[in-house]
Amino acid sequence: MPELLDLRGFGDELASGFALTLGVGLGALAVALLAGLAGAACKLSESAALRAAGFVYTTVVRGIPELVLIIVLYYGVPTVVQDTVRLFVDGFRLDFNPVVTAILVIGMIYGAFMTEVLRGAFLTVPRGQLEAARAFGMSRARTFWRIHMPQMWRFALPGIGNVWMVLIKATALVSVVGLHDILFWADRAGQSLREPFKFLLAAAAGFLLITFVSEHVFAFAERRARRGVRQVAR
Amino acid sequence: MDLDLVARSLPALGDGLVMTLAITGFAVPVGFCLAIPLALARLSRNAALAAPARVFIYVFRGTPFLIQLYLVYYGLGQFSDLFRELGVWWFFRDALNCALLVLVLNTAAYSGEIFRGAIAGVDAGQIEAARASGMSWLVRTRRIVLPQALRIAWPAYTNEVVFLMQVTSLVSLVTVTELFRSADMIAVRTFKIYTMYLTVAAIYLMVSYAIIFVFGLVERRLMRHTAPAPGGSVHRRALAVLTR
Repeated sequence: MPELLDLRGFGDELASGFALTLGVGLGALAVALLAGLAGAACKLSESAALRAAGFVYTTVVRGIPELVLIIVLYYGVPTVVQDTVRLFVDGFRLDFNPVVTAILVIGMIYGAFMTEVLRGAFLTVPRGQLEAARAFGMSRARTFWRIHMPQMWRFALPGIGNVWMVLIKATALVSVVGLHDILFWADRAGQSLREPFKFLLAAAAGFLLITFVSEHVFAFAERRARRGVRQVAR
Repeated sequence: MDLDLVARSLPALGDGLVMTLAITGFAVPVGFCLAIPLALARLSRNAALAAPARVFIYVFRGTPFLIQLYLVYYGLGQFSDLFRELGVWWFFRDALNCALLVLVLNTAAYSGEIFRGAIAGVDAGQIEAARASGMSWLVRTRRIVLPQALRIAWPAYTNEVVFLMQVTSLVSLVTVTELFRSADMIAVRTFKIYTMYLTVAAIYLMVSYAIIFVFGLVERRLMRHTAPAPGGSVHRRALAVLTR
């Protein structure tokens, strides 16, 4: 067993890969929450055009494999942006940070799933409360921040937890587009030392650690979010 | 978009699609057959059954599919001498075998968790009544618990099958020529990357819809004792699932 724990000098590379995986995951979660808020706002909007945009966003993303989306968006979006700007600025060159691109791409994909979670949670807050807040003279933004958000949070958290668990595992795909995440280093170390099983197992353990800690963090957050709600024994 | 290229690629993409459907069509029923006993074991009061089932589900749901696939296809190569001695190396040497094995185990774990929740959701009074009528565990599980659990689980299980079909695109990374790889090979050869990738994305979108439609038909049959679900035809409801 100790032999299995000897990473033969690749420990620091695996650790840096683990940090990148976690960083991309957390960054993408933030992007997904923002995209999800925007998506939910579109789907609940009174404007038919915005509702259609939300419809296309969630349908297309959820019907296509992550691998295809990541490859298309990762290589596609920077090129499209660069080519568009070049129409106006001659010889424009865009230097994309691969990590930032990966965060944006994964965040946009999981934003579609977050849209559904947040849309459902938005609807759980009774309309009367929002109307009352508006009648008190609160602005739309303040109504959202003071009345809507604190209450929908409780219903959104379990769904956000589910999306996070799927999202963090999807970050393993960034190794396919060449980012140095934990799977990239595990693969590299395993090949060069001819011990692929050991290093891939270490990468798997890294993900298990993240999911294990996440479960506890979300359980804590859910307890906290419903601390003001009367609990009845069932 | 180079529509001429799309037309010329259709035979190759068709072969890839057949492979994707065959892989999915193998992994889904086999995974289903493993998932039911797994869910029952996970809910068992016998720790010798419940603990291994819990660990299996936790590990497969807690790690990325890609790592599971690499572990079996590349990782087990580390023990090729041992596997040769055992006479099973022919199996693990083949990428398709490894892909199918990992897909089956992966979907068994996810479906097992879905069925666990559904079985636990069967009304306790029904089980008590079955017991009181003198049904053994096997009879009441087969006649009372599982049929009702399947109804509860079906919408979530539909999603799992769609995800599994999409996950099969990852087996292209261990050289299995399914839909994505067949498009990728043409894209690399012709440099028409976006034409090919967008075409393949559209095909996946249609297959996702088709799965939801077929599973919707099954759901209608499972729920035939109840009033027809609101929302009209299976097609309308399938669209609603995909666009929810």
